Amino acid sequence: MIKTDKLNFEYDDGSFKLENIDINIDDGEFVVIIGHNGSGKSTLAKLFNGIYLPNSGKIYVNKMDTSDEELIWEIRKSAGMIFQNPDNQIVATIVEDDVAFGPENLAIERSEIRNRVDKSLKTVGMFDYINKPTTSLSGGQKQRVAIAGILAMQPKCIILDEPTAMLDPVGRKDVMRTIHKLNKEEKITIVHITHFMNEAVDADRIIVMDQGKKIMEGTPKEIFSRVKDVRNLGLDVPQVTLLAHMLKDEGINIDDDIIKIDEMVEKLCQLK
Amino acid sequence: MSIKIENLSYIYDQGMPFETIAVDNISFDIENGEFVGIIGHTGSGKSTLIQTINGLYKPSKGKIFINDIDLTDKKVKKSDIRKKVGLVFQYPEYQLFEETVYKDIAFGPKNLNLKADEIDIRVKESMKLVGLDFEKLNEVSPFELSGGQKRRVAIAGVLAMNPEVLILDEPTAGLDPKARDEILKQIEILNKKKKVTVLLVSHSMEEVANLVDRLIVLDKGKKVLDGDVRSVFKEYELLTDIGLGVPQVTELINKLNLRGCNIKETVLNVEEAKNAILKQLRGDSND
Repeated sequence: MIKTDKLNFEYDDGSFKLENIDINIDDGEFVVIIGHNGSGKSTLAKLFNGIYLPNSGKIYVNKMDTSDEELIWEIRKSAGMIFQNPDNQIVATIVEDDVAFGPENLAIERSEIRNRVDKSLKTVGMFDYINKPTTSLSGGQKQRVAIAGILAMQPKCIILDEPTAMLDPVGRKDVMRTIHKLNKEEKITIVHITHFMNEAVDADRIIVMDQGKKIMEGTPKEIFSRVKDVRNLGLDVPQVTLLAHMLKDEGINIDDDIIKIDEMVEKLCQLK
Repeated sequence: MSIKIENLSYIYDQGMPFETIAVDNISFDIENGEFVGIIGHTGSGKSTLIQTINGLYKPSKGKIFINDIDLTDKKVKKSDIRKKVGLVFQYPEYQLFEETVYKDIAFGPKNLNLKADEIDIRVKESMKLVGLDFEKLNEVSPFELSGGQKRRVAIAGVLAMNPEVLILDEPTAGLDPKARDEILKQIEILNKKKKVTVLLVSHSMEEVANLVDRLIVLDKGKKVLDGDVRSVFKEYELLTDIGLGVPQVTELINKLNLRGCNIKETVLNVEEAKNAILKQLRGDSND
């Protein structure tokens, strides 16, 4: 779905660069990109969507080269983007108008827009709010409306740049549940950028960025079991993973790649 | 500086069709030098509550005493209270506006008509308190800084007023783990070393578990729990019911107990969980 080939990028003022990034994200995958602020993860997301263009190397989105100007709208149609601040992404005053904004700009027929708006809002669980003013929504609800707006464009892939950073625990859970559902049921490829490790445990794959470089890549179990490496980067590991490590150091016979609470409960009950 | 809240209510749009009770008959006392976490889900009334404490909102009912001065008394000058009670809003970095870090932090003290050398001392002190390098950053535009640094400049601006009470509304929202830990560390130092009374508003139990002395939990405008951290965390079911997560390890212990373990301690962090589990495992094998 997204492939980068020896990607290099530098801001005009030289303040930051991405170096030699090779990433290959398959159709239907759920990939999480983690890294602390300034590691390059948001820059990468903007490159995936053609907002920035590489200085050298290539990025292919759905086999289309992002540096080909004629393809840029096709690229953005197939890879939609969600940003951190819910308030910055809502353009209309009423929920359904906001979701219809994208397809309207594609000059799609009225009845088809109606179908898409209804279906998208149902998918994200916001259909009951269809006629509500967007200002009356909570942060998590706004993010789900923004996701519905992307869905109405029928993308193959959605890139989410810290979509839960400004939400409370309930809003965060709702958004996470929504994007997992899109991945499983609608087979949409998900690229989720976050620094909440609990949101990374259900991914197919995690990519860790640091100082503009890709420094780790693997399944959540492979990444988080490297507790020391991850923490040295200024990132968290799930509390149960840390606990498993500490128990192992105490001589307890327990796997050090435990990342979920229920897994830990099972393991500990077997030990008893 | 002590705070006393008595039967406080705040009602938005009172008497209008959209009337909503944001704060519903809340009472509590906060002693001088305490470090208190105020926890609640979005819409629980926590932001409204702290804005009444700083005199920005006038309570619909009830009283607020700051050091025995009644804030609801019309004769009390609100500006005097605000000098003593510093409020750091959510995303305070959006409120930066000056050309340099120095000028932004100096803005408050300047408005107090302090002398230039006193202002200078306060700016330097505040920057030190939040862990910003004065020499390196004082002439830099605040807009060139990273998110975590911007937030520290904003907090320094409030500290430069020398508040006796510091209220912070979700100071770590949107920060990465490293920046989050650094800011929390600085707040802890302010409380422990400078004896500033701190009220920290958060919706993350993991964040406050190891930090505060006492927790006040709000739900739908009401105070539902108030006590030391351990006693509040014991109410696992209530906390989950009102949409507040508890730290993973607290949930883990709870689930282990449901499966027949008998861990009586309330654990707040990974270290404590380790010890409790070791005791359980080793204790059993000795039987």
